[in-house]
Parts: sequence; structure tokens; C-alpha cells
Amino acid sequence: MAAGVAAWLPFARAAAIGWMPVANLPMPVAPTEKNKRQDEVIILNVSGRRFQTWRNTLDRYPDTLLGSSEKEFFYNEETKEYFFDRDPDVFRSVLNFYRTGKLHYPRYECISSYDEELAFFGIVPEIIGDCCYEEYKDRKRENAERLMDDQEDNKDAKLPNMTFRETMWRAFENPHTSTMALVFYYVTGFFIAVSVITNVVETVPCGSAPNQKEVPCGERYTVAFFCMDTACVMIFTVEYLMRLFAAPNRYRFMRSVMSIIDVVAILPYYIGLVMTDNEDVSGAFVTLRVFRVFRIFKFSRHSQGLRILGYTLKSCASELGFLLFSLTMAIIIFATVMFYAEKGSSSSKFTSIPASFWYTIVTMTTLGYGDMVPKTIAGKIFGSICSLSGVLVIALPVPVIVSNFSRIYHQNQRADKRRAQKVQKARLARIRLSKAGSSSAFLHSKRNGLFNEALELTQLPYKMSLSEQSSTKEEQHLGKSSSLLESQHHHLLHCLEKTTNHEFVDEQYYQQSYLEGGLQNYPPRSPSLSSQDGVTGTCCSRRSKKHNTPLRNASAPAHMQPLTHPQTHHHGLQELSTIHIQPLSTSRSSLNMRIDEPAPLNCQSSQITTAIISIPTPPVTTPEGDAHLPTGPSHQNVVKVSAL
Amino acid sequence: MGLVMGTFSVQTKPVTYHKDTADDDFEMTIVCHRPEGLDQLEAQTNFNKRELQVLYRGFKNECPSGVVNEDTFKQIYSQFFPHGDASTYAHYLFNAFDAGHTGSIKFEDFVTALSILLRGSVTEKLQWTFNLYDINRDGYINKEEMTDIVRAIYDMMGKYTYPVLKTDAPKQHVDAFFQKMDKNRDGVVTLDEFILSCQEDENIMRSLQLFENVI
Repeated sequence: MAAGVAAWLPFARAAAIGWMPVANLPMPVAPTEKNKRQDEVIILNVSGRRFQTWRNTLDRYPDTLLGSSEKEFFYNEETKEYFFDRDPDVFRSVLNFYRTGKLHYPRYECISSYDEELAFFGIVPEIIGDCCYEEYKDRKRENAERLMDDQEDNKDAKLPNMTFRETMWRAFENPHTSTMALVFYYVTGFFIAVSVITNVVETVPCGSAPNQKEVPCGERYTVAFFCMDTACVMIFTVEYLMRLFAAPNRYRFMRSVMSIIDVVAILPYYIGLVMTDNEDVSGAFVTLRVFRVFRIFKFSRHSQGLRILGYTLKSCASELGFLLFSLTMAIIIFATVMFYAEKGSSSSKFTSIPASFWYTIVTMTTLGYGDMVPKTIAGKIFGSICSLSGVLVIALPVPVIVSNFSRIYHQNQRADKRRAQKVQKARLARIRLSKAGSSSAFLHSKRNGLFNEALELTQLPYKMSLSEQSSTKEEQHLGKSSSLLESQHHHLLHCLEKTTNHEFVDEQYYQQSYLEGGLQNYPPRSPSLSSQDGVTGTCCSRRSKKHNTPLRNASAPAHMQPLTHPQTHHHGLQELSTIHIQPLSTSRSSLNMRIDEPAPLNCQSSQITTAIISIPTPPVTTPEGDAHLPTGPSHQNVVKVSAL
Repeated sequence: MGLVMGTFSVQTKPVTYHKDTADDDFEMTIVCHRPEGLDQLEAQTNFNKRELQVLYRGFKNECPSGVVNEDTFKQIYSQFFPHGDASTYAHYLFNAFDAGHTGSIKFEDFVTALSILLRGSVTEKLQWTFNLYDINRDGYINKEEMTDIVRAIYDMMGKYTYPVLKTDAPKQHVDAFFQKMDKNRDGVVTLDEFILSCQEDENIMRSLQLFENVI
């Protein structure tokens, strides 16, 4: 029900007079109020603060506490008011929801207390308006994360039954879980440091006694250094293998950055072991030793900050790339200019443009080594421009990167935006579903056979009802609260049905009748359909001849797809585009065409029959082999009352 | 150097510029219309004070600025017909309510029309309905106008109907209508023909009285 515009229902009903002369059938009688009472003010006493509102305002949302009869439980006979022992501040938002149709989330309110109040009053938080929804979701997520963190800390203390492998993995990931893990953590850290220091000291020239040349320590104490190296590599290898064994997902572990660093750190040693004799590749071997410095990156397991830095650099990649790109362009431009400016000068160091690159870089970063200096006047002028602009070029992107860093750092604290996207979609789906509920409410009330055109309706027809036979949730919901507003709205829709001499049905029934009957479809304007060039008979059977139509396994091999109709929920069905339906032996291929976007309307379809047809019964279809109409939820029997 | 940097901007991500619609909204809210006094409205229409109060509260709730423009009108009306597309019919309704063709409906227009529809005499109601059907206000309803109206009504039904809506259903409906209404078979329906024919039809007469107790 369009609760927000409930006040305009009288207008909508009055406007229905415009249909009357067009209609051929008599209209149903309007529902009247049993006891027509004036709109009264009701008092809601929430912990002492009195709120007053019209009763109609609360009736707009009959599936909440205040809109339904549930509030009668809180009615105080003596004071003639409804007393709620809840928070009056949050109640303000709740009541405003009834008044304006929009639910707002006040920022100063605690998220969990707000949620509790909403749950108490039966309001779904998804309908929070767009203005406040993001804030609400952010706070909720933060809260959830905080709770999760607390839980995790508690969790670490427990968990007695874990396999040895899982224990090992947990020990590797969180060193403070057990003493062994801590010991392991420090030992590996120590050995990383030792290994790095060894690599460094290896190259220091140790004092040489009798030899003339200064020899680096590495060559002097080869054996010692080799033993040290071996020990470190042993430790690293053992550690890597243990991690590999303990990892829950080995393949993923092997692909992770840390494990690659581990491998790169120990590989040079093994390669060196393999090819010690060959002189030619010793040059390559020396290069390989450079990779031993990667062992220092193993420290990132020990340092959270290092990890975040690495991650932010990775995220800042585009900004860094831009910086690099702009620097490159500037360097090339200035190098070219300097080269041509200095070309004339003799004994110029600017021998080529690439040679000028060095000068440009040194100047722009304000290093100024002085190994290359312009001598011509033009060169000096351009050189000064270069150094001045160098300051700018370097200084400008740096704040960008810094701000990026801080942004990513904060973002790192929260969850992904992508998760929020999914929640947004879920939320929209839920809102759509609740809106669909309003249109299906009418159909459900019809389906329960409560419409009876011949009878005089003197009381609210929907209240009698809902027999025990109904089991679906929607019907229970309907039986719970069918306000006067609803019955009037349904009466309005019923008048429309009478005017056009067609009924509202839901999608499944529509497909069924579509398949059994005629195929010339009326293309409505906005939800787009494709029209068919149907040929055979119409489906305009008189109501008097209707009968129960159980869900048939009609053999029509066609499937329908509701395209852009926003109110119905989606099945994964396909729509016919052009068919020529002869008896049902048409080839399946043409019928199973799928349309992904709305086909253009074809309002100029040929009009075939002009007379109003009355076919006694729909043509009996002989079900052929391959029936499969998607049987959705069990379709209730539609009882058609025989009309006048 | 600035030129150089300027040319680098091609590398940046595309920036979306939001057209600032705040100005438009601001202008809209400035337009505020207050209706004439309650006494005057009571004299002009067939409603009593209490009914006018109820009507105005509902009106003001949806349109705080005091006027309804066509989009809001369509939006409100469409909420009552979730199955189909009510915008075309709402458009015709809007034109019928907006007697002065100002492009917006004030509370006075609203209440005047409602007074006719709910409390008016049969002739007045029929006159109003004729006005609704006569889209170009030339005093005659021809087949095209009627087809437009009927098609707009059928649009409100939406796609899922039983029996399935055929393309020529509006046309048949219009033909039946003209059969009934067009006495001298000249292809158009005048006001007198319309009123006469409606008064002859029992169903229509009865249905006109249907919404008397709406408020």
C-alpha cells in the first residue's frame, strides 16, 4: 500500500469517476467503515514524554507495532494512552518515520541501541533513507568488526581440539599464542639479521697482513662465512618447509608474496652449490648473490608497519606511475633542450641526449653533483629553468602520494567498499520485495475468494477470513491487519478491473493463460515487451465460463521472462520474441530465444479480430512430450466467481 | 612547465562533474503558495471545515510548497497502481485538475475538482468527465482522444492480466463507447450527447454515486 500517500487515496478514488463512462460493467460496491469515527489524536507516552499523533498516521504501516493491534497490549485504560517503557529520543525517529515515510538515523545515537528500538517497534532498518543509510551502515560495520575482534581475542585462548598442523599454522601467524611460537619468531628474526649482517660484512676490506692488496673479509675468511651462510640458509629452508606443511591452502601459500621472498632468499645459495666449478657463469653467480639481500624483506613478517607500507605502495601504484611518467617527460624535454643548447660549446660533456639525462636528473632533484655543467649562455639559462622547475615537479606529486597513503591507511582499517556494494544490492532487493508485496497484496486478497461482485459488501470483506487453509506468509500478513485504507485501495483497483474488463493476475497465472490462449499480446507502454505476430484464437473467454484452472503441464515449450517489470520478482526465464504459434509442434529453437534487453515496442502490430470474441473454453491442448512449464511455488486454485 | 603538467592530465582518471541541481531545488522551494482562508473555501466548495482540514493536511504533507507539479502528481498517482504505468492517465488527470492551465495545481484547484467529483450533481460530474476526455478542449470528443484515454486506462493494468490484453482491446472499447454515446453518428461526441447517453445508462448512473462517502 502506498502508505506515504495514504492521504491522497480519496483523490485517487474520486478520480476514478473518470473511468465510469468508459466501463461496460457495473462497479463493485465500495467498502464502508463499520463505525466511521473521526480521526482522533492518540497519545503515546514513551517513558514520560508524551507524543501525540493522528491515529491515521500510525495506520499507514500496518506491519509495525504501532500500526497494528499489537499496540493494544500497551494501552493504559486509566490514562487513556499507550505507554512504552523505551528510549524517547530514539522514539522521535520512529514516530517521524510514520509522519514522513522516511526513517532517519541520528548520528549521535549508539548503533546497537537504535537497532534494538527498531526491532522493538517492528521496523526494518533497510528502509532508512539514503541520506542516513551510509552512516548507518558504516557504524554497523565498525561495530560488527569490533565485536569480531573481541571474539577473536577470546577465541585464541580456547580451541583445544586443533590438529597439529593447525596449531603450527596458528603459531606461525600469531607468535604470541604460545611460547614455542615466540621462540621460533625470535630465532628466525635473529638469523635474518645475522644473514644480512654477514652479507654486508663480507664485502668490508679486512686488514691484510702480508698480501699487498686489500682483501674483503669474505675472501679472507671464506670458510667462516660459508658456514654462517649455510647455517642461515638451513634455518630458512626448514622454516619455509614447515610453513609449507602447515599452510591450510598450500597452493595459495606458495603464491603469496612472503613465500616468494623466502624462496628468492634461499635460492642463490642452492644455485651456488650447484655450479661452483664453472668459471664462465661465475659472473652470473655473483649477480645471484645480490638476491641474498632480499632476506631483509623477510623482516616484514615481523613488522606490521612494513607490511602496511608495502600494501600502500602497491595501492598508490597509479599515482607513483604518474609521478614517474611526468618526471620522464620532463627529463626528456630538458635533456633535449640542454643537449642542443650545449651542442655548440666545445669540450662539452653533453655528448648525447641520453648523456644529458644524467644532468637533468641531478639538477631536477637538486642534487647538483657538478660533474656536468652547462657552459653556454643558453645552456645556463635552460639549466636554471630546469632546476627551478625540478623543485616543482618533485614537490607536487609528493603531497598527493602522502594523502593517498593516509587515505589508504584509514581505508585499511575498514572493510572493503565492495562488500558495501553487495549489501546495497541486497538492500535494494529487499525494498523492492516489500514494494512488490503491496501489489501482490491485492492479488492475494482476490485469490482468497473474498471478492464477490454479486454480493453487497457491507463490512470489511477482508477481515473475515483467512481461513486456516492459507499457509503462506503473505496471507497471514494480510489477515493480521487489513485496514480500511487497504480495502479502499483494493476497491479502487477492482473498479479499474471492471472498467477494462480484465483482471490483475500474477506472473505465473499470466504465463499459463498466455500459453493456453491467444498470443496477440497487448504491449503496454512502459514495461516493454515484444509483441508477437500471433495468429490463432484469442483468449478472451467470458468469465462465466471459467473454471478452476489447475496448474497444467502445458506442452508449450515457451518460457517467459519478465523484463523490466519492476514489481515482480525475477525468474530466470526467457521470453518469446517472434513466434508463430501453430499447434505446439513448433521448433524449440526459435522459441527459446532470449532477450536481454527490452525489445522495441511494436505498436503497429496488425490487428486481427475486431469482434469481441467469446470462446467458451480455451482450446484444449494436448500435452506433448516435452512439457516443462516452470512450476513455481504451488499455485493456489483460483476460484472464479461466476459473474453476471 | 605548467603546460607540460597540463598535458599530463590526460593520464588522470576521468573526473565526473556533477551538474549542480541544488539551484533548481532551491528555486522550487521558494515557490510557496498558501490557499485562501478556510471560510472562503468552505463557501466555494461543498465540503465542510473538517473535511477541508483533512484534505489540506494530506495535500501539504506531500507538497510542502503548496503546489503540485505534474511530476509529483504522476508520482503520487502511480503509487496507487503499482502494477502498471499510470503516468499517462495521470497526465490527463493533471490537465483536468489544472483548470487554469498554469502547469501546477494549487490547493484551491484540487479542492474544487474534488468537490465536483465527490459532492457535485450528476450533471457537474459528467461535465467534469467530459472535460477530462476532451483532451484538446475543443468541445468534442473524437475517436483519437477517446482511444488515448482508454489506452491510458489500460496501461494502468500493467502486463499481467487475465485475460491477456490484446492490442485492439482499447479500440474495441472505444468503438463500444462511441456506439453508445454518439447519437447522431457524426464521429464526435458532444457534451449534450454525452450527458444524455450517460443518464440513460443505469450502470453509469449508479457508479457515479459510488464515491460519495469517500471522505
